[in-house]
Amino acid sequence: MTEAAAPEPRPGSAPPRLISLLTAAGATVLRWWNRLAAAWQRSIQLRVIAATLALSVAVVSLLGITLMRQITDGLLEQKRDAALAYAAAGLDTVQQQLEAAEAGDRGVFRQIVGDQAALGGEDGPAVVLIRDGATPLKSPGTVIADSVPEALRERVGEELQLFWTYTEIQRADRDTGEPAIAVGGRVFTADEQYGLYYLFPLTEQAQTLSVVWTALATAGLLLVLLLGAVAWLVTRQVVTPVRLAARIAARFSAGKLSERMAVRGRDDIARLASSFNQMAGSLQHKISELEELSRVQQQFVSDVSHELRTPLTTVRMAADVLHESRDQFEPEVQRAAELLQAQLDRFEALLADLLEISRFDAGAAVLNAESGDIRDIVFQVADAVGPLADRKGSTVRVDAPAEPCVAEFDRRRVERVLRNLVVNAIEHGEGNDVVVRVAAGGGAVAVAVRDYGVGLKPGESSLAFHRFWRADPARARSSGGTGLGLAISLEDARLHGGWLQAWGEPGLGSVFRLTLPVRVDADLTSSPLPLMPEDAGHDTRLSGVGIPYRRLADDERAEVPGG
Amino acid sequence: MAMKGRVLIVDDDTALAEMLGIVLRNEGYEFKMVTRGDDVLPVFRDFKPDLVLLDLMLPGKDGIDVCKDIRAESGVPIVMLTAKSDTVDIVVGLESGADDYVVKPFKPKELVARVRARLRRTDDPKPETLQVGDLVIDVAGHSVKRDGVSIGLTPLEFDLLACLARKPWQVFSREELLEKVWGYRHAADTRLVNVHVQRLRSKVERDPENPEVVVTVRGVGYKAGPA
Repeated sequence: MTEAAAPEPRPGSAPPRLISLLTAAGATVLRWWNRLAAAWQRSIQLRVIAATLALSVAVVSLLGITLMRQITDGLLEQKRDAALAYAAAGLDTVQQQLEAAEAGDRGVFRQIVGDQAALGGEDGPAVVLIRDGATPLKSPGTVIADSVPEALRERVGEELQLFWTYTEIQRADRDTGEPAIAVGGRVFTADEQYGLYYLFPLTEQAQTLSVVWTALATAGLLLVLLLGAVAWLVTRQVVTPVRLAARIAARFSAGKLSERMAVRGRDDIARLASSFNQMAGSLQHKISELEELSRVQQQFVSDVSHELRTPLTTVRMAADVLHESRDQFEPEVQRAAELLQAQLDRFEALLADLLEISRFDAGAAVLNAESGDIRDIVFQVADAVGPLADRKGSTVRVDAPAEPCVAEFDRRRVERVLRNLVVNAIEHGEGNDVVVRVAAGGGAVAVAVRDYGVGLKPGESSLAFHRFWRADPARARSSGGTGLGLAISLEDARLHGGWLQAWGEPGLGSVFRLTLPVRVDADLTSSPLPLMPEDAGHDTRLSGVGIPYRRLADDERAEVPGG
Repeated sequence: MAMKGRVLIVDDDTALAEMLGIVLRNEGYEFKMVTRGDDVLPVFRDFKPDLVLLDLMLPGKDGIDVCKDIRAESGVPIVMLTAKSDTVDIVVGLESGADDYVVKPFKPKELVARVRARLRRTDDPKPETLQVGDLVIDVAGHSVKRDGVSIGLTPLEFDLLACLARKPWQVFSREELLEKVWGYRHAADTRLVNVHVQRLRSKVERDPENPEVVVTVRGVGYKAGPA
C-alpha cells in the first residue's frame, strides 16, 4: 500500500508517517525473505546444510542438557549429603550445649553460632539462629540473616526434623545472591525453641558447573560447525557434478550439441554423466539427421526451382511472343494465346508461392528484420492496390495514427502479408469499402483489414489460413489467387513472432488482423487493435489462429485507446 | 534495320537461349549463343559483345567464374539470369562483377528493359567535367583520373559515380540510384546499390574503409564527397 493510497487516518489510529515507515521496513524484510526463499528453493546444498545444522543443534542441545543435569546432580548430591551430615552433627552438639548451659545465658548463643560456623573452616557455612520475635543471631561474616528462606523457616517451625533447600544467600557487601544449600532444624532450651540454620555456599560448585558448561557449549558449537562443514563438503560432492550437468545441459540446449559430461569412476554421478552423454549423443544424432533432411529438402526445392523455372521462362517468352503478335491470328488462336498468357501468370504465381511455402516447411525462411514505420508499408500497399480497387468499385481507406508505428520487421514479408490481406478484402468485399486500421501500443503494432463483404461462416476464420482453402469453391476460382496467400502470410507473421488472426460473420464482413511485436524476439501479449470490429454487433464469435481460442469479453473491446 | 547492339547469350538451356535470341532479334539486337562456361571467353573475345546475358548454372565452368573472367578483361555490362531469388547467389554474382540480374521466370519485356537500360548511353554526351574529392571525371571522354592517372571503371560504376558527382549537395536514396543508374521504375533490390557502391569504392577510394568519394549517409543513402 502506498502512502497516497492510504485512507485518511481515523482518530486513534497510527499516524500515516509511522504507517509508511512500517510499510517500508516491512517491504525490506519481505524482500530479504523472498531472496532467502528463492535461494532456499534453488539450492539443495543450502537446504541440506540448514537441515543438518538444525538437527545437530537439536541433538547437541539435548546431549548438553542431559550431561549438565547429571553433572549438576552429582556435584550437588555430594555437597548436600555433606551439608546434612554437618548440620545433623551440629544440631546435636548445639542441643547438648544448650542443655548444659544455664538458662537465660544469652551469651552462649553467640558462642554456639560462632563455634558452629568455625567448625567448617574457611569454606564453612554461615550459621543463623532464629527465635520467634527476636533478632536473629548469625555467625560472623557478610551473610545477611534474611538469606534463610521463609519456606524453610515455616517447615522447621512445623516439624521436628532436619530440612534443606537450595537457595541464594545474600551478602551485605554484594548485590547479587550466590547459590547455596540451606539446612535447618530446631534446638531447645528448657523454655524456648530456636531454629538453627546452616547456609552452605555453593560457589565452588557453581564455578565448576560454569566451567563444565562453557566446555560443553564450546564443544557443542564446534561439533555443530563441524557437522555443517561436513554437510557442506558432502553435498558439494554431489551437488557440484549435478550443477555441472545442469550447466552442460543448458549449453547443449543452447545449441552446442557436442557438449558432453566427463565420466569419472563408476559411481552414481558417473552413471548420470554417461546417461546424459548417451541422451546427448542420440539427440545430436537426431538433430543432425533432421538438419540433413532439411538440407536435402532445401536442396530439392532449390533444384526444383531451377529445373522448373528455366523451361517456364522459355514457355513464358514464347507465349509473350505469340501474345504480342496475336492480331495476325484467327480469333480462336488469338483467344488461345490470351488464355496461355493469363494462365502462365497464374502458374508462375503458384510456383512462386509453392516454393515460398516449401522454404517455410524446410525451416529455410530467413527474417531480414529492420526497424521501420509500418504505416509506410500500409500506405504503399494501399496505393499499389488502387487500380484493383477501382476495378472492383471499392475504396481502400487507411485509418492510421499521426505518430509513427515503429517496429522491427521484414519489409518484404510484411508488405506481402498486407498486400495479400488488402487484395483479399477487395476481392471479397463485394464493392464495399475496405478499411485498413493501424495502431501501436503495448509493445506491438497492428494492422487490421476490415471488409464488408460476405464475411466468414463459423469455423472458417481458421480454415482461411489452410493451404488451398477456398471460401466458395464455385465462385473464388475466377478471382485468380493461388490459394496459398493466407498460408504464406500466416507463416510470415509467425516468423516475426507475430499473430495473424481472422474474424468474420456471414453478412457482416470480416477482419484480418496482423499483430507484430515491436522487437522480433519479444513476446506478444496483446494487440493494440481489437480483432472484432465495433460495428459488428455483440453476439459474435471470435476465432483466432496463433493464439488459444477464447471468447472476446466486453471489457476487452475497451482496451483500444480511443477506440 | 540497324542493329542496336551485340548481345552474348550464355545459357546451357538451348531452348531458352534460342528463345532469348528470338526476343532480342525482334528488338533489333544482334546475338550469339554459348552453352558451356568454358567456351565463353574465346567467343567473347571474338564477338566483342556490348552486353552479356549470363546464366549462373553452367556446365564446364561456373557462371560466377565466367563473370570474374569477363570482368578481368572488360567492363562490358553483364546481366545475370538466375533461377534463384535466394539471397546468397545474387549477392555473390553481383560481387563477382555482374551489373544487374533478372530472376527466372521473367517476361520478355522485363529482360529487354534490363538490356536496354544497360546499353543506354547518352548518344551525345555533353562535354562535362566533374570533380569529387581528388577525382576528375570527364563525362564525354568516359574517364576518371586521380592526379592524371586514369582509373578503370565499368560503365555502370562510371554512371553511378557521375550520377553522384553531378549533384554533390544531394543525398541519393538507394531507390533513387536504382532509378537513375539502373533504370528501375519500381522498387527493386537495393542490394544492387550496396554491392556496386562497394565495388566502386574499392576502385576509387584511397582507403575503402574510410570512404571520401562515395560517402554513406546513415539511414538515407549515399552522396558524393566534397570536391
